[in-house]
Amino acid sequence: MSLTYHLQVVNLLAALLLLIAFAMLSQRRIVGLITLFAWQGAALATSTAIVAWSTGQHHLYYSAALTLGLKVVLVPWYFFRLIRQLDVDREVEPMINIPTTMLIGIILVIFAFNLALPISQMAGTVTRSTLGIALASVLLAFLMMITRSKAIPQVIGFLAMENGLFFAATSATYGMPLVVELGVALDVLVAVFVLGIFFFHIRETFDSMDLKHMERLREK
Amino acid sequence: MTTGIALQIGQTLLALVLAPMLMGWVNVCRAWLQGRVAPPLLQPYYNLRKLFHKDAVLAHDATRLFRFAPYIIFACMVLAAGIVPTLANDLPFSPAADVIALVGLFALARVFQALAALDIGTAFGSLGARREMLIAFLAEPALLMVFFTASLISQSTELPHIVDRLAHQEFALYPSLAFAAVAFWMVSTAENARIPVDNPTTHLELTMIHEAMVLEYSARHLAMIEWAVALKLFTYSTLGIALFLPWGIAPAGDLNALPLALLALALKLAIGGAALALLETVNAKMRLFRAPEFLGTAFLLAVLGMLTHFLLEV
Amino acid sequence: MEMYWLLGLPLAGGITLAFWGHRAHAPEINAAFSLATLIAAGWLTAHIVAEGPVLIGGDGWFYIDAFNVFLVALTAFVAFTTALFSRPYMRIEQAHGRVNAARLRLYHASYQLFIGTMLLALTTNNMGILWVAMEAATLTTVLLVSLYRTPAALEAAWKYFILCGVGIALALFGTILLYFAAEQVLGAGGGALSWTHLNAVKTRLEPVVLQLAFVFLLVGYGTKVGLVPLHSWLPDAHGEGPTPISAVLSGLLLNVALYAVMRSKVLVDGALGGASLAGALMMGFGLLSVLVAALLIRRQTDVKRMFAYSSIEHMGLITFAFGMGGMVASFAALLHMTVHSLTKSAIFYAVGHATQKAGTQVMEDIRGLIKTNPTIGWGLILGTIAILGVPPFGVFASEFLIITTTMHQHPWATPVLLTALGVAFAAMFGRVQPMVFGETTLPRLPHQPALLPVFVHLALVLMLGLFIPGYLAHWYRQAACLLGG
Repeated sequence: MSLTYHLQVVNLLAALLLLIAFAMLSQRRIVGLITLFAWQGAALATSTAIVAWSTGQHHLYYSAALTLGLKVVLVPWYFFRLIRQLDVDREVEPMINIPTTMLIGIILVIFAFNLALPISQMAGTVTRSTLGIALASVLLAFLMMITRSKAIPQVIGFLAMENGLFFAATSATYGMPLVVELGVALDVLVAVFVLGIFFFHIRETFDSMDLKHMERLREK
Repeated sequence: MTTGIALQIGQTLLALVLAPMLMGWVNVCRAWLQGRVAPPLLQPYYNLRKLFHKDAVLAHDATRLFRFAPYIIFACMVLAAGIVPTLANDLPFSPAADVIALVGLFALARVFQALAALDIGTAFGSLGARREMLIAFLAEPALLMVFFTASLISQSTELPHIVDRLAHQEFALYPSLAFAAVAFWMVSTAENARIPVDNPTTHLELTMIHEAMVLEYSARHLAMIEWAVALKLFTYSTLGIALFLPWGIAPAGDLNALPLALLALALKLAIGGAALALLETVNAKMRLFRAPEFLGTAFLLAVLGMLTHFLLEV
Repeated sequence: MEMYWLLGLPLAGGITLAFWGHRAHAPEINAAFSLATLIAAGWLTAHIVAEGPVLIGGDGWFYIDAFNVFLVALTAFVAFTTALFSRPYMRIEQAHGRVNAARLRLYHASYQLFIGTMLLALTTNNMGILWVAMEAATLTTVLLVSLYRTPAALEAAWKYFILCGVGIALALFGTILLYFAAEQVLGAGGGALSWTHLNAVKTRLEPVVLQLAFVFLLVGYGTKVGLVPLHSWLPDAHGEGPTPISAVLSGLLLNVALYAVMRSKVLVDGALGGASLAGALMMGFGLLSVLVAALLIRRQTDVKRMFAYSSIEHMGLITFAFGMGGMVASFAALLHMTVHSLTKSAIFYAVGHATQKAGTQVMEDIRGLIKTNPTIGWGLILGTIAILGVPPFGVFASEFLIITTTMHQHPWATPVLLTALGVAFAAMFGRVQPMVFGETTLPRLPHQPALLPVFVHLALVLMLGLFIPGYLAHWYRQAACLLGG
């Protein structure tokens, strides 16, 4: 195996992405979660930029810049502002059983690696081996959404999922067509702002950001 | 071969000599970071000298086990220190003792430590022993997983081979080692009784683990144990260096690289010690019941590292 | 040209109403924009009927064929009638103090944007943009579902966002896989996600990847279709949102999501060469949805939730029919899509007025509508009869076709379908009958609500049941041909 150094860096960043996904899974504090999310975005943007540079796929630069602007700067900034306004910046989520969650996480990772294996063998991209990691991050973000009962962590899980998907697109195909990436980024942006408004509504009605209060609509 | 044996013995002696200094350096750094007046760098040596000059006091119902345990522990640590390449990669005994033997040596020392603590039958001793075994039971698999990940890359569990593959062949980045490194750091804090798992400076009954086991020791016995503790920290530090930052260790048969290797080692240990002090300053000790979670995470990270190896590096 | 009007009008409407949505005439502006959109849709339809499928826009951004033009027309039509219905309905809600002017502005602007995103999803030629539009459709409706700001409404909206958001993320992964397969045949770039390009080379796409992609796309978009077991957002969103939104969610959004699934299915079928996993999966999900929804209908106490479950049941039926494939089944499924949209939105209009007058959505508290308010009563009972598949309404025709095809192709499924339909019939009729004909002490209401949309929809459904006009049948046949004939 002779990978050039920048691709090794991409692999390392992929591993970092996965590591951050796990860290998010076990992070109890909202502030820490947002910081981790920003770091994940930074790792994603860096790796996208390196792939762009090493393969000459210039549209990936836009994608990297988009990620950097949106997921490293704008969204974390907005969330930090939001949690200050909502006064939940010191909130700690009481989570039991982190080890179990982590164990399920490991199982998901193995599942994702196996699922991605046949596809990555077909791929012609140099970054194909990271597809499994991308899929694993998506599933871990999904797991995080399931295990959290607070609104903001769930949304961060949703956005982390989007990160994983972007990474998947980069590793399998050197990114989606630019117009689609722009569209997806726009959706993410709108989603974040719509949810920002929504948080205030939740807060107003429930006096809390804890979704455990939402139990009215259980199927009888 | 002769140079090899000389180097082997030399490295072991170096570890013996340098280990208390590393301990002293960590204490100095910690004092600086916490805004206290630092003790002298050589304070651990003074302590050892003082302890060796004192008369030993033994509990009435202490058996021979209690008296021999410090020597066994010390011997284990010396052997362990000899296994890890610190300066030169030329270790003729390494085929006899790989990383798994290393884990075994640590385990042996721990068993005697715990037995000795149980031997005198005090409340603190048995409490510390039980806590120590809990931690060890969780830390050991994680440590083994870290070693497996590292050995997958070089296809060998012998440390000189691992170092050789990482430092002396074509440079490559191994994402799996990133996971293993984090896991290794977590395990080492637990194994060396450092914050956040244990606090080496506390004698608070609710929280102490390691200190509870050695409360009954005095004089030369205590000195042997303290030295062994310093050696263990030193061995773990050099182990971390060998696995994750091996650049600078002299290749086999290259004696000219030794001065540089010594310099590199000193530098790495100084930085590592300062980093340990920093981490101990910014972190708080966690509750004992959080330790399983902490070590479970370490284990999972090591497993992840292994998985990543199969995905990205095969 | 008409293409740009079709998409531009809702967008312009959304922007206009973002500024004017709280004024007195906002409902009229809303209806006017919807009417204009309907005219543009009609124009486009006439164009396609005359000239056949077209690619529109520089790089072929939009692709209109028999399949989507029929949905475009349906969407624009129901959007317009719903705008008409929502005009008096939302005024009364405001008078009751359930919404204030600011929320009405949000409501009107989002309504237009929502229609716009659905039309974009239907007309775009790019599978990636299709995804973007579907996600945007979710986002524009989240705040609509939570419009009343009650705890239950917020919970419903949150569930809606999270479930559909996760679902749609899976669909994005499916889209990535699709692009991955396409890139190897078509090369990189925007063209590789064009449905027309993909359709042209579908036999050469890598079958393994496409299968996997379809699973993700089906689960992702299927969440929005409301397929069991991913349906749990649907009754909540329908039950807690304002009734006009329930009507468009049920009547339109579910169709659009199913449209996305069908576009993917055509590609997978091509890649796998005929009968495939895609059909089997859709049949499985469809059958499960029909069965589970029918059983859950029995347990509902809230009238809007009950009809939401009925929507799950019917979407399941349509999915099942599409999954069977073949000319007749696809024809029946398309017909069923049309009549279900029209009937279900009509029912929600009637239910909306009924619950508004009664001040509750609990079925046991609504009694004797035929006495207090004959128009609403007749609208509700006729709509219910229509949706339950009583002849001569159109639903009967399409369900009859689906079941006879099932008997032919998959006899084992027939008893399941018949049982489910029977259970649903008994449960719904048993609930609605006392609501309409039960004893009540309430006096007759002084004035009748304008329920023109209800009766227009039901008349259309009745017409489709008695005879399908030649051009419409031709149109369905073309679409069915495209999908699986």
